[in-house]
Amino acid sequence: MNSSALTLMVLSMGTVTALTAYFFYRVLTAPQRPEPDSYTDDDE
Amino acid sequence: MSQTDSWGSRVGLILAMAGNAVGLGNFLRFPVQAIQNGGGAFIIPYLVCFLLMGIPLLWVEWAMGRFGGRKGNHSTPFILHEMDPKRALWKYIGVFGIFTNIAVAAYYCYLESWTLSYVWHSIAGSFNGQSAEQVAAFFGDYININTSTTGIPFEPIVFWLICLFLNTWILAQGLSGGVEKVAKIGMPLLIIFGIVLAVMGVTLKAGHHGAVNDGTMGLNFLWTPDYSSIWSAKVWLAAAGQIFFTLSVGMGSIQCYASYVKKKDDIALNAMSAGWMNEFVEVVLGASIIIPISIGYLGIEKVVELTQTGGLGLGFKTLPYLFTQWGPTLGMIAGVCWFGLLFFAGITSSLAMGTPVMGFLENEFGWKRKPAAWFFGIIVLVLGLPTVLYFNEGVFDEYDYWAGTVGLVVFALAEIILFAWVFGMDKGWKEITTGADIQVPLAYRFIIKFVTPLFIGGVFFASLPGIWEKITATGLPWQVHGARALLLLMFLTISWFVRVAYLKRLAKLKHSKA
Repeated sequence: MNSSALTLMVLSMGTVTALTAYFFYRVLTAPQRPEPDSYTDDDE
Repeated sequence: MSQTDSWGSRVGLILAMAGNAVGLGNFLRFPVQAIQNGGGAFIIPYLVCFLLMGIPLLWVEWAMGRFGGRKGNHSTPFILHEMDPKRALWKYIGVFGIFTNIAVAAYYCYLESWTLSYVWHSIAGSFNGQSAEQVAAFFGDYININTSTTGIPFEPIVFWLICLFLNTWILAQGLSGGVEKVAKIGMPLLIIFGIVLAVMGVTLKAGHHGAVNDGTMGLNFLWTPDYSSIWSAKVWLAAAGQIFFTLSVGMGSIQCYASYVKKKDDIALNAMSAGWMNEFVEVVLGASIIIPISIGYLGIEKVVELTQTGGLGLGFKTLPYLFTQWGPTLGMIAGVCWFGLLFFAGITSSLAMGTPVMGFLENEFGWKRKPAAWFFGIIVLVLGLPTVLYFNEGVFDEYDYWAGTVGLVVFALAEIILFAWVFGMDKGWKEITTGADIQVPLAYRFIIKFVTPLFIGGVFFASLPGIWEKITATGLPWQVHGARALLLLMFLTISWFVRVAYLKRLAKLKHSKA
């Protein structure tokens, strides 16, 4: 691959992957809300 | 979806929302758009459009949904009505949020059934030993209802009915019991299949398994930037259009899913997580499969020629043949992964199309979930049949154009004006940020009010000549006129149902006051 294509691909894919992982991580580590929340799986 | 229906978990909701956005276009449309609009440089207008139009629209639709859900509304006619109760017009504009879902589901389920059928054919080894021309002709034989590739009579109709039944049955199980379960299985599988295929595509070596080029040559071709294209209005329109369609905004399905989120729960982070997940599937996986594999076998010139007719041809007519070059076992695995991921991308989107219709019937007419799901299935069956029977006459494309293209842009333009200018940014901003687990950048207050409406307005006005050309076109087959009449009839019928529901609400209000 030529260097401009490689740079653009790595930058784009890297940014998109990092942001996807970051926001999903934030979801997984967000503190649970007091009941009643929107989700039934965590109900007593 | 009943008023008591709810999501099982936050991850389930995000996967369902991401599944709604991720569709066949992520794998078939995005890479073709990139090739036709400046190669790697396309990513620049594409990501700018995502930041200035996609993310704002996601936040707006999630906020509208949660706002409407608080008042017991799970479909757009009365969500829009609640946002500006003084003007009768909005609830009729909200009709788009039901109409588009039914009309798109009517042809999308057919597309979905092709993927299911091709999973079957990949397992059965139908493409083994066939030439490239034979595999391409196979697709034509498959969609022709007078021929059968399996021996099953009316084969495309049979697979379409299986798909429709599957969608309806899952919808009848409810949000957490049906839609969410499918998203929790389908989305991880889709990503795994995508990674497997991307690795196979990128590591393709010239001289191995009949490949004439390395897979990286495809990546090189796709990502080599033509920076002069950034100054082209056509490229920006293509990027805005791609962002529009990839996120499933302007359909009313995001509002419906979000309407089951409670007032104090987050929507800002949820929207970002689902939105970026869609981008990952599109930019990382979508760009690494179809083009590297196709160029690996066919070379750049042939692939450029094939992309002129869109990505569907490459996906269904070319790739199955290329997979057979990897031998029967590896070819079967690749076929199952490719058509399996397209199937999961399709079904997680089509399920989202059923929920606003069901929400409307349950809220306004007191229907139970199961009858509402089956009613949706029957409507899609009736409306979808012409797309199956008259595919070659252009009925499929007609539905896609009016409902899946024009309808989305019109509705998104109306909803952003309602949210930012009528409902007002003070209330709107509060809706977006209430319960937020992330700090929403203040710049988005300005972007939502000024930039996003301008972007969508630009897409709308740029599409007007095309709409006019379609309307004034002559010599069209009667099936196309019939399809237009059917779509118009459906829009008017839903509007009439909305009118009846509104009168019922008024009568109820009068009765409670008396």
